[in-house]
Amino acid sequence: MAEHTSKLATILREHESRILADWIGLLASAARSGTLDKADIEENARAFVRLLADAMRTDASGEIDGPAWAKVREMLAALSASRARAGSTPSATASFIFSFKQPLFNRLREEYRSDAEGLGRDVWIATVLLDKLGLFTTEVSQRSREDIIIRQQRELLELSTPVVTLWEGILGVPLIGTLDSERTQVVMENLLQRIVDTGASLAIIDITGVPTVDTLVAQHLLKTVGAARLMGAECIVSGIRPQIAQTIVHLGVDLGNIATKATLADALVLALARTGATVTRTAPRA
Amino acid sequence: MLDGKPPTERIPILKMGEFLLVTIQVEMHDRLVMTLQDELTQQIVRHRARGVLIDISALEIVDSFIGRALGNIANMARVLDAETVVVGMRPPVAITLVELGLNLEGVRTALNAEKGMALIRQRLAGTEPGRLDARGS
Repeated sequence: MAEHTSKLATILREHESRILADWIGLLASAARSGTLDKADIEENARAFVRLLADAMRTDASGEIDGPAWAKVREMLAALSASRARAGSTPSATASFIFSFKQPLFNRLREEYRSDAEGLGRDVWIATVLLDKLGLFTTEVSQRSREDIIIRQQRELLELSTPVVTLWEGILGVPLIGTLDSERTQVVMENLLQRIVDTGASLAIIDITGVPTVDTLVAQHLLKTVGAARLMGAECIVSGIRPQIAQTIVHLGVDLGNIATKATLADALVLALARTGATVTRTAPRA
Repeated sequence: MLDGKPPTERIPILKMGEFLLVTIQVEMHDRLVMTLQDELTQQIVRHRARGVLIDISALEIVDSFIGRALGNIANMARVLDAETVVVGMRPPVAITLVELGLNLEGVRTALNAEKGMALIRQRLAGTEPGRLDARGS
């Protein structure tokens, strides 16, 4: 087994330039015009073949997790990242690695000629190896995407739940996005803490940015309002769009006896009246 | 003011004029809350209290039993025609209660003792603005 693998490494080393030339020719004809720089592709191909030959010389076991393959992995990770930035799909990057099979197999066929058994074995070894490497690039790009998604989720959660002071004793909670149980928890904690900090007795929850209100969202709203009430603060729900009002009634959602207003402005007027403040116009309407 | 029972663990009920003050300074457990219920109702009747203020600012943990019992105590006081307000609930306690589905409907709440007392006075003077509800304008 080791004998055959080492032969693969030898062939790869001896005919490196020839295989590379074949591959580059293949890539050039396959490359769609304009998506990726041709010089870049050539450079990538050259680097890959060189590192592959090096790695196979030191570690021919076919396991790409070993230390001998660190440089190959590194190169593929960088390749996958740069291609993803350039707008390539993960499968396109994997195809790039898979496309190396054709020139390599051609060369193997010429080398082995009549030795069908040896050819079969080496082709199999090479296939398994290149498949692993190709899948590795997919894995890397998937992992980096997942990282981005997780980070964005965390940022969204923080971004979308501010509690602002609208007036002395009046807090505003503008909700943006769907209200799930996790968001509700964050909103509730923020709101209750601000009630303690500011001593506010009124909170206006504005749901203009909430796309839909179904029974679950309503339940979360009721929970938030209930918790605020237990802390001695009453809530007004504002920013109910006509569509939302229709949905609420059609679904039979019960908002209890929460005060609701169509706009934040109306809610603020109500809240100001409750705190005993009045707003007076000092200049005529423009 | 407490009955002649041995002074084990109990929650003090202080009388101030026509108000009763209950400050819960220890962790609640089931027996304690039942004792409080007994004593508070008795004292409201005995002193003809018009207002009851229950301060739970030291309470850090509630379970469903304590939560429900607090609501019951407040409602009992109200039945005895004393304006009752629960004050000083901590945010984690409030969240726990709503998660348990205990919204303590019908119980008045305030952020702290000062605001709670103001609320009782307003109520007794008949100047309280009333709860915001769907018809509030």
